[in-house]
Amino acid sequence: MKATKKIKTIKDLNQTIQSYIQKRKSEKRPVLTVSAGTCGQARGSLKVIASLKKAISKEKLEDKVKIKVTGCHGFCEAEPNIIIQPQDIFYQKVKPKDTSDIASQTIIKNEIIDRLLFSDPISKKTVLKEDDISFYKKQKRILLGDNALIDPTDINDYLSIGGYSSLTKVLSKMAPEEVIEVMKKSGLRGRGGAGFPTGYKWEFTRKAKDTSKYIICNADEGDPGAYMDRSLLEGNPHRVLEGMIIGAYAVGAEEGYIYVRDEYPLAVKHISLAISQAEKMGLLGKKILGTDFNFRIHISKGAGAFVCGEETALIASVEGRVGEPRQRPPFPAMKGLWKKPTNINNVETLANIPLIVEKGADWFSKIGTKGSKGTKIFSLVGKINNTGLVEVPMGITLKEIIFDIGGGIPGEKEFKAVQTGGPSGGCLPKEKLGLPIDYEGLTEAGSIMGSGGMIVLDENTCMVDVAIYFLNFLRDESCGKCLSCREGTQRMWEIVKDISEGKGKEEDIQLLKELAQTTKDASLCGLGQTAANPVLSTLRYFRDEYMAHVRDKTCPAGVCKELITYLIIPDKCTGCLACIKVCPQEAISGELKKVHVLDQEKCIKCGACFEVCQFDAIKIE
Amino acid sequence: MISLKMNRLDVKVEDGWTILEAAKFYGLEIPTLCYNEGLSPYGGCRLCLVEVGEGPRAKLVSSCTYPVEEGLVVRTDTRRVIEARKMMIELMLSLAPNSKVIQDLASKFGVKQVRFKIRNEECILCGLCVRMCSEQMDGRAIGFQNRGYKRKISTPFDIRSEECRLCGGCMYICPACQLRCQGPQADTAVCNACLNMDPTCLDHYDDLQCWMYDAGRCGTCIRESPEKSAEKEQTSK
Amino acid sequence: MDIQELKVKSFVTKYNKEKKALISILQNIQEEYNYLPQEALRIVSETLNIPLINIIGVATFYRAFSLEPRGKHLVTVCMGTACHVRGGPKILEEFERKLNIQAGETTKDKQFSLEIVACLGCCAIGPVVVVDGDYYAQTTIRKVGSILKKYMKIKKKNESN
Repeated sequence: MKATKKIKTIKDLNQTIQSYIQKRKSEKRPVLTVSAGTCGQARGSLKVIASLKKAISKEKLEDKVKIKVTGCHGFCEAEPNIIIQPQDIFYQKVKPKDTSDIASQTIIKNEIIDRLLFSDPISKKTVLKEDDISFYKKQKRILLGDNALIDPTDINDYLSIGGYSSLTKVLSKMAPEEVIEVMKKSGLRGRGGAGFPTGYKWEFTRKAKDTSKYIICNADEGDPGAYMDRSLLEGNPHRVLEGMIIGAYAVGAEEGYIYVRDEYPLAVKHISLAISQAEKMGLLGKKILGTDFNFRIHISKGAGAFVCGEETALIASVEGRVGEPRQRPPFPAMKGLWKKPTNINNVETLANIPLIVEKGADWFSKIGTKGSKGTKIFSLVGKINNTGLVEVPMGITLKEIIFDIGGGIPGEKEFKAVQTGGPSGGCLPKEKLGLPIDYEGLTEAGSIMGSGGMIVLDENTCMVDVAIYFLNFLRDESCGKCLSCREGTQRMWEIVKDISEGKGKEEDIQLLKELAQTTKDASLCGLGQTAANPVLSTLRYFRDEYMAHVRDKTCPAGVCKELITYLIIPDKCTGCLACIKVCPQEAISGELKKVHVLDQEKCIKCGACFEVCQFDAIKIE
Repeated sequence: MISLKMNRLDVKVEDGWTILEAAKFYGLEIPTLCYNEGLSPYGGCRLCLVEVGEGPRAKLVSSCTYPVEEGLVVRTDTRRVIEARKMMIELMLSLAPNSKVIQDLASKFGVKQVRFKIRNEECILCGLCVRMCSEQMDGRAIGFQNRGYKRKISTPFDIRSEECRLCGGCMYICPACQLRCQGPQADTAVCNACLNMDPTCLDHYDDLQCWMYDAGRCGTCIRESPEKSAEKEQTSK
Repeated sequence: MDIQELKVKSFVTKYNKEKKALISILQNIQEEYNYLPQEALRIVSETLNIPLINIIGVATFYRAFSLEPRGKHLVTVCMGTACHVRGGPKILEEFERKLNIQAGETTKDKQFSLEIVACLGCCAIGPVVVVDGDYYAQTTIRKVGSILKKYMKIKKKNESN
């Protein structure tokens, strides 16, 4: 990348943006876009890129095509993938050895390689273009869509899609109060979980009287099963920065922090790079673009604590202390970082800001439902065919997301529940599939929007086990200050664990309910106040399953170890020795081509034999 | 002055007070455990819960940390408060069943059973000792470690802290622990051993710092007493 | 251990001896030594003028820090929800059996430490295991042995060199 020059005026920046937009338009060469977010890299996209470069140079195409490495495109199932423009061909699950064919056949001869095309899990048909894949059809990708267009490590590439033009609009034409009015009118609500209206939040900090104020970007994406913020930071860091700079201008902050999880090394790398590029260009620093507005951004890396997603705990952590939440009021807007007025927004919230400034509050508020405007990114994971990040308009139903976009449940299994909102959320059953998704609807159904994790569970998932999972998470992640939260989650975990081991009594269910209610009521922060949701929602919708564990001492889904046994079905066993080889306990004996025998005394129910058996000869009872 | 409603009573209190302070001022009883007038409020034991607000947005807050606000509606004994409070006591009992303080709370508020497995940890992590050590005794010997269910109070690396002067303040204030100093002849005599000494803390702080009333054990005062050291010097000569 | 003292002090001065940088300083020490040595924490306490007990509080609160020396290779098993429903716990158990340690512990020969992480945000490719920064997607019980072998080999290679 060329050295960036400092841009001194708003006019200069507008001109630079225009010149890069023109440059993008005039690009006539085919562009090969390779996704390389963290999941893409985990699946070998870096090797694919290296071998693609080799293949291109072998065919002497270096000057004739352009390779672009981008962040995550959202369709994780198909990683690593390559999109070839202008034909818009979508190749999925590309391996390094495929790249020479891509160069020699697709680029030179314009031939399609069928084996690399996406095959629809339901219709079984292959699909040529990205837009035609059912996964993308019902989505509205106002935030994620740009990930596939830009190289996240190049600020100029962001300029070439009109990036930072919202910043110039704000700095040249709008007073801070006007920006806040636009946000209020747009109806944007915080995407981190609680859903507080962003415009009003900004206004509180704006109105707080103090010499210095702060803005913090909350990128401590702690909900297990949610990774939209990571994807945005990795794939489009400048959009987040632009939103944050506009936010700082609106609330009157001269200093900002991005609090990002240390578990996201690539996101840290890209956002750090973006900050230094923006500084060099003069979009951060003193007298930004010749105005009187000064703003600097620091990065503060988290050290692994879920509770630090809570505003006051996050502030404590930025200050270098233990991440314990404190009493609100006073709210951070009055007394936040170093007791100064502080505004905290989530990554996805900030990424929406430049779009709202650019296209207007009305454009934004037309998307969504009465109380929830705009789109929301969900991470659709678990037992689902099309795993990935989906961005949908608010108000879409769960069914549309799971079956139309997600392509349903793999292996012809039955849908059982969907878990939304992370550890603070709940599990919604089949009957709730028609529920239109917005903040209020989800809360009423006993779950929450949260940061947007959506984990699909099938018939082989035990709901008692899911409750244990979340309680185990929470009893560890609770800061431990409030007795109600620390002991509440620990005791709930003990009770549910007993139930899963067949030691539960009927009165335990009542105790569990009482304790869940108290934990909710008596705890200080959001973690404790929602810690009971996984228990309450599973009790509400899957009481029968709890009762089966308690009364009949069985686990209907075949998950709870103490209540199941692995059995070899003699008729199906071919005597292939596979299970004998993997059994860590030497619990299975037998000879080649003779039915194997499983010694229940020795069996530790690790499931290794079940996993390797190709003849369905091992069953769970 | 701030006007608010407490148990249907219109009251006026100083700005900056907590709900608990306001309640005490007006003679409304709210039980507390991790609260101590001489220490900063902590809000960990959740015993001083009250209900604030009305309608669906009403919520429980710890009165020892919640500041009074203009027009705030506070109720100290709603069903929700009472039920939560009882559960808190039941949880405390399951951790420290031998604590006299907690037993008294249980009997006062009608907690008749403990449905959880008894853990006999004695410590309920109310943090009184930690605050006592740092705020009143100017020591930094003990603190919270770990988080969640692994949270504990201990010294750095779980060995005797160099900061600890064995003042015993932590034991004095603990509502549950059994280690409190009983004096050299606790059962029969009134202990006043330490008062017969010249504790150096009196010189240093102009206040008696020994909460253990067990001067022999700590020994700081004897070791550093000016007269004693002078004596020592004499004898060594 | 003078070198250590200088090194630790350099981390502290890098952040202008600012108290707010405590977590960053501890992250640096953790990176350098693979754990937080007692001596290092004492030095930080003295130079930053923060009571040692408060530093211990921070060091034990966050998951990224360890007060015990960690092994040469760090095996991290993702325990995110998506990995959980796809069999993450079974993978963890297999690692525990194979290494003969529990999660959070280090093998006696100091070669491997086994840790769990709440979520790596790679839910699409679960169950995920990370060893020394290399990601392993869609792990199965069967793959556990071969993953470990790779790092045992590195160990042998290094030894023969």
